[in-house]
Amino acid sequence: MNEILTVTDLKKYFEVGQSGLFNKNSTMVKAIDGISFSVLEGETLGLVGESGSGKSTVAYTTVGMYAPTSGSIKFKGTDLFDKDGKRSLASKKNIQIVYQDPSSSLNPRQTIKDILEMPLRLHQPEKNTLEQTIRLLDLVGMPPEYMYKNPHMLSGGEKQIIAVARALATDPSLVILDEPTSALDVSVQAKMINLLLDLQKKLNLSYLFITHDLSLMRNVATRVAIMYLGKICEIADTSDFFQKPLHPYTQMLLSSIPVISDAEEAMKPKKVISKGEIPSPVNIPNGCSFNTRCPFVEDICLKVDPVMVNQGNNGHMVRCHLFSKNIQ
Amino acid sequence: MAENADLDDLEKSNYSIQQIKNMERASRRQNIGRSWYKFSRNPLSVVGIATVALVIMLAIFAPYVAPYPKHAGPFTDFAHAKIMPSLAYPFGTDQIGRDILSRIIFGLRSSLLMGVVVLALVVPPGVFLGLLAGYYKGSWIDTVIMRITDIFLAVPPLILALAVASVLEPNLWHGMLAVSLMWWPWYTRLVYGITVQLRNEYFVKAAEVTGASTAHILFKEILPNTLSPILTKMSLDVAWVIIIGSMLSYVGLGVQPPEPSLGTMISDGARYLPDQWWIALFPALAIVVVVLGFNLLGDGVRDMFAAQET
Amino acid sequence: MPESPNILDIKNLEVNFKVYGGQLKVVDDINFFVRFGEKVGLVGETGCGKTTTMKAILHVLPMPPAVIPKGEIYFKGKNILKMNTNELQRVRGKGISMIFQDPTAALNPVFSIEEQLGAVIRYSINSNKDSKEEIHQRSVVALQEVALADPERLLKSFPTQLSGGMRQRVCIGMALATGPELLIADEPGTSLDVTIQDQVLRLLRKLVEEKNTSVIFITHSLGIVREMTDRVYVMYAGDIVEVATTKKMFANPRHPYTKGLISTVPRLTGGGVASGIAGRIPNYLHPPTGCRFHPRCSSVMDICKQQKPVAYNLDEDHQVACFLYQKEA
Repeated sequence: MNEILTVTDLKKYFEVGQSGLFNKNSTMVKAIDGISFSVLEGETLGLVGESGSGKSTVAYTTVGMYAPTSGSIKFKGTDLFDKDGKRSLASKKNIQIVYQDPSSSLNPRQTIKDILEMPLRLHQPEKNTLEQTIRLLDLVGMPPEYMYKNPHMLSGGEKQIIAVARALATDPSLVILDEPTSALDVSVQAKMINLLLDLQKKLNLSYLFITHDLSLMRNVATRVAIMYLGKICEIADTSDFFQKPLHPYTQMLLSSIPVISDAEEAMKPKKVISKGEIPSPVNIPNGCSFNTRCPFVEDICLKVDPVMVNQGNNGHMVRCHLFSKNIQ
Repeated sequence: MAENADLDDLEKSNYSIQQIKNMERASRRQNIGRSWYKFSRNPLSVVGIATVALVIMLAIFAPYVAPYPKHAGPFTDFAHAKIMPSLAYPFGTDQIGRDILSRIIFGLRSSLLMGVVVLALVVPPGVFLGLLAGYYKGSWIDTVIMRITDIFLAVPPLILALAVASVLEPNLWHGMLAVSLMWWPWYTRLVYGITVQLRNEYFVKAAEVTGASTAHILFKEILPNTLSPILTKMSLDVAWVIIIGSMLSYVGLGVQPPEPSLGTMISDGARYLPDQWWIALFPALAIVVVVLGFNLLGDGVRDMFAAQET
Repeated sequence: MPESPNILDIKNLEVNFKVYGGQLKVVDDINFFVRFGEKVGLVGETGCGKTTTMKAILHVLPMPPAVIPKGEIYFKGKNILKMNTNELQRVRGKGISMIFQDPTAALNPVFSIEEQLGAVIRYSINSNKDSKEEIHQRSVVALQEVALADPERLLKSFPTQLSGGMRQRVCIGMALATGPELLIADEPGTSLDVTIQDQVLRLLRKLVEEKNTSVIFITHSLGIVREMTDRVYVMYAGDIVEVATTKKMFANPRHPYTKGLISTVPRLTGGGVASGIAGRIPNYLHPPTGCRFHPRCSSVMDICKQQKPVAYNLDEDHQVACFLYQKEA
């Protein structure tokens, strides 16, 4: 299987606050601080995390909204960014994104036709745009009447479906889904997910699926990576991730989810209950950034940042001193 | 990868061109209906648009509507000077014997013309500069444009207008030029502020990420979202321009006699207060009515663009 | 007036909104009650009318465009809809208190926590003579109750300096500081991170149980309903379609919508994604005739299109508004 996306030691730092000739008060937010992962063709890699985890920054950097501070992002082996941090027009069609909130990701003063025509005209100018628009709507199950509506006339689910259609207009290979169903109701969410899975099969798409909803992740992703304060804590195949969570943060997150059945309740790790606040990304703790909340914290955790190690044979990787001790 | 389309003809899809055109027409009709609904929620807005429509009609058809069209040109009739409002002269006559009603109707022409021309001169460049500066906030483009805007805004407006109007020969066109020079920065400021906010919206990011050109982003993504405040401001500005224009002609710069101008009529008639009160009062009332009409219209325009939440 | 065992009683409430084209029939003749000390959930999706109902309880709907053609809302026996401004002021904030979904929007960024919390406490004490000292003490206690460390320093801070979880706790503290008998919590954890939401919800449950406060939890999250409520109402398109104790609701849901809703929630145990509920929420201008859910119902019968089902009693504390159960009642 080919690697569609290869991310190697990616770092993205933001300077926050005023910095100028007379004021050196700027602070560095390490939104992403050295992560590596890959997305294989046709699979769905889930990225999970809470505020400050950096998962949205990963999405935005991969799609080209930001240039990396260091590290590389390769699409099918080719670097996405040239040495000036710029991207070519052609590379923009290969990776697309669906944002979380369709109310702000669709221009309220445009019609659906305008919204869909723009990428079509840009990347496939030789084809009949009107016909392409109708086909695109058909692909996502929307009737052509919707072309002349404004976004606010659609329901949340419908808007998000249009956002998906827009992403598919450039015929991409990788689609980044940034919390695509978080703003939707549960019954609509199911339809949206089914549509996405359907489209994935039909068009052989790869997905980078970002969400905080672990129950959803369980049923959608092939592999899952969990992030905390800019670093990946654990990556594993979905079933391993949920049945044998290794990292204490993974366990804390799993134990915090509200579930609706006793069977699920039984699955939740009982040893790690949620506690403590998430530190601000401006003030990341030294050593392992999870040490302020971890029930298994030891001296070394306060001083040394653990590295990612392999656990088991399924590509299950975890970054925690509990497991790197074995190597020492 | 998507399978290649084997639909080359629109006809092969299930919808004919006629059906598509019908959908478009239907949605356009719905939009107009909805806009009018929102505009007319406040009855005063309807009063506003009716007033403005009336004023425009009067101005266009002045020669046919005014009872004494000749009085708007060089005309004297001292025998009928300073007559009180009566059946023959509904607003009375002025010190030279000219019918005030007719002169007001013709005077509306220059007032409205000023409003329209000044806005036509001012809005396109002002908006464009605001879009440009706002989108490139932080760069030299922003700095240059906004500093120039600041300079023009720093000069007291009337002084600037007077200076320009007095350097050039005083007439309507130069008056309009003077007002334009002091008016454009307001649009730049307005659009700048909105653009700075909008450029961080996700729909703009989505367009950038797809590779849209800057022109597309400025004019197709950002500009439509600035139309509401721009159009509202324009409706209100017509009123302001008319007032400024009247002020200019009041001090003798702008429309020259014998062409009627509401401002000049007030300044001439002020001398005859309070005995021949009608000579100054009716032109002043005319300005009030026109300004009020445009203000109410502006409120209605703002309501029309208000967020459509159900 | 007979002593009602319920702190809140909504009878036959109807709320419409006037818009372009007619009236939106947003709340369509609902009955709803909360007993003293009970935790009741109101579950529904966007647009089902739960927020409108909640605003009607506090009588804060903008009227126009809202119209309440019929219905009564009894709070401890008195009809809120018929109260004058004075009586309403006594109810709002003291009898009934609210926690909003977004704590950032609920707190004024330009006032310190002490000013905002103090204002609420001063209002509830109702005495102008109260010293700043006593209000300060009560504020400290209020913050300690919601497990916020270092209350003195927190009181001097501003909302923007606090994290989301802390802001929500402050809002909970403010809501409970007045000692309300009924608390309405609107999506209390939604805007928070999962690990923080878990802590905040556990805290909220502990506090309301300690003080025996009645609570209405308004949410779209079935997981939260299961953890936090004793009894739950399911709302669809302005109608209450089912009400049961939480245990019974999840063990044995009866209404097709409830069943559909529960089935679409993704499970931690896996099992793939359900197919959702066909169709979309109805147009409130011209809602479907009869049962509003019938266009989307897989068990639809002829009668469903003609008449609106009433609430059939299945057993004590379990009612469902569906013709499928007409015989069972």
